[in-house]
Amino acid sequence: MALHLIHCSMPSLQAPLYLTAIKAGFPSPADDYVEKTLDLHEHLIRHPAATFFVRVSGDSMAPLICHGDILVVDRALTPYSGSIVIAAVNGELTVKRLVERDGITMLVPDNESYQPIALTPEVDCTLWGVVVHIIRTVA
Amino acid sequence: MHAVGRGGTYHPYGGMTVWYALVDCNNFYASCEKVCNPALWNRPVVVLSNNDGNVIARCPLAKALGIAMGAPFHQCKETIARHHVAVFSSNYALYGDMSRRVMDTLATCAPYVEVYSIDEAFLLCDVPVAEAEDYARSIKQKVLQWTGIPVSVGMGATKTLAKLANHIAKKRTHHGVFVMAGDSYCKSLLETIDIAEVWGIGFRYARMLQSHGIYNVWQLINADDSFIKKKMTVVGLRTVYELRGIPCIGWEDIPPPKKAIVSSRSFGKPVESLHELTQAAAHYSAIAAGKLRRQHSAAGAVTVFVSTNPFKDEPQYSSSATVVLDMHTAYTPDIIAAAHAALHTIYREGYRYKKAGIMLTDIVPSQELSPTLFMHMQRYEKRHQLMQTLDSINSKYGRGTVYFASEGIARPWSMRRCYLSPRYTTHWDELPVAR
Repeated sequence: MALHLIHCSMPSLQAPLYLTAIKAGFPSPADDYVEKTLDLHEHLIRHPAATFFVRVSGDSMAPLICHGDILVVDRALTPYSGSIVIAAVNGELTVKRLVERDGITMLVPDNESYQPIALTPEVDCTLWGVVVHIIRTVA
Repeated sequence: MHAVGRGGTYHPYGGMTVWYALVDCNNFYASCEKVCNPALWNRPVVVLSNNDGNVIARCPLAKALGIAMGAPFHQCKETIARHHVAVFSSNYALYGDMSRRVMDTLATCAPYVEVYSIDEAFLLCDVPVAEAEDYARSIKQKVLQWTGIPVSVGMGATKTLAKLANHIAKKRTHHGVFVMAGDSYCKSLLETIDIAEVWGIGFRYARMLQSHGIYNVWQLINADDSFIKKKMTVVGLRTVYELRGIPCIGWEDIPPPKKAIVSSRSFGKPVESLHELTQAAAHYSAIAAGKLRRQHSAAGAVTVFVSTNPFKDEPQYSSSATVVLDMHTAYTPDIIAAAHAALHTIYREGYRYKKAGIMLTDIVPSQELSPTLFMHMQRYEKRHQLMQTLDSINSKYGRGTVYFASEGIARPWSMRRCYLSPRYTTHWDELPVAR
């Protein structure tokens, strides 16, 4: 039933983009022509099949990412060193920065009051997806 | 022996070698439950049918505990508690969305994808024989990465062979990929596959073939055409040709209209009054009629069935009644009226009903019907338009947006879903959480 609900529920901002500047007194015939509308969904989501929204809890990635933010996560992308990723660690999803330094891969929190996690073979960790956008409500 | 050792088939339209791949999601509902919830990755998971009645999906860990497919939930409760098995009610919002993701991902892997069910699709591919296995693995890897859903991939020169290859991939390989072509399409393999595993060979045909000494796929491939046609009609012969590597089931083939459409559920709590049963019957009629119209068909008979709960120590009753319509119809009010007429004949006071359902039979394609003398063309058109409007509203805004008043509004008889997981991908309030 909900095959396309994720698209429906995404706030689709249909803002018309006018191509010519508005001049007083001399209407251009092109002003009647709307080139396209802006769809935020199109801007935020490159791979709809692989994109998930994830809610942030806690401040381990502050100040960049805050408690309550919604992350747009693309599983189709391959992370590189410096990417913000969602990883499954010990049965929980966590958002951290993936850092590779001196041959060691680590999940590093931006907030320095948290400890980085070194991805040694003993750590039960699976990369889940790459964070591509942060959505925050400010008003 | 026909076509042994061939790879793909020379296709008349494209002039290229084409393959069929059948991609089938492993334990789809259970896998959907795991994607957004890593706490379940190392735990056995089962999913229950509507109303939390029976086990309808099990992850491999749950299978290993011996929990059987279809087992009644109440019979597994001890195993479930002892092994800390995670139990879920069916979350169709989640499964529908995950299915869409899998199908969309597959659409990036092949020039043509035919969705066969919620968790299966046929792909048309054009890779050389030597690269087929790598290609199949790349599909599996991509679907797993993009959606988190594990799949099995079977490839063959025809859809029937692809389906059979998928069966082998699931049952006999660890990596979940099997290409039935070249060296692997051979007597020594085909001899080991039971005919009951072949797509389109039902239980009755399998028994008939066994009585004629045909037990395995190799024997079936080498069976006499006239024997097969006589015993299994041209449809059975088509299956045998497909097994020989000759495609007979095209992309254009629409599955034949279903012989019967059933809409039935167990009630969340026992229902006693005729009033509530009448509402339930109307609701199931509306669902069944919608299905009927989606496959462009009309029904000639409406069956209603009701039953009490056989596991309860209370008065038992179970009955059904069928109304044969004076003309075929796909018009919801007609079907509701027939269902109500049937229900009134079987309803008995004083029982606690556990289940009711509607079955539409005598199904014919609607283009074969002409409005009869009893129904003027204009009225027919109007009904048709009303039904189209109803279906388009319901498909746009979700099922149940517009419904017939007789279906009831509160629906106290609606089903029980005690173990529902969050709708991770379709509700803003239920998104997965990351720390």
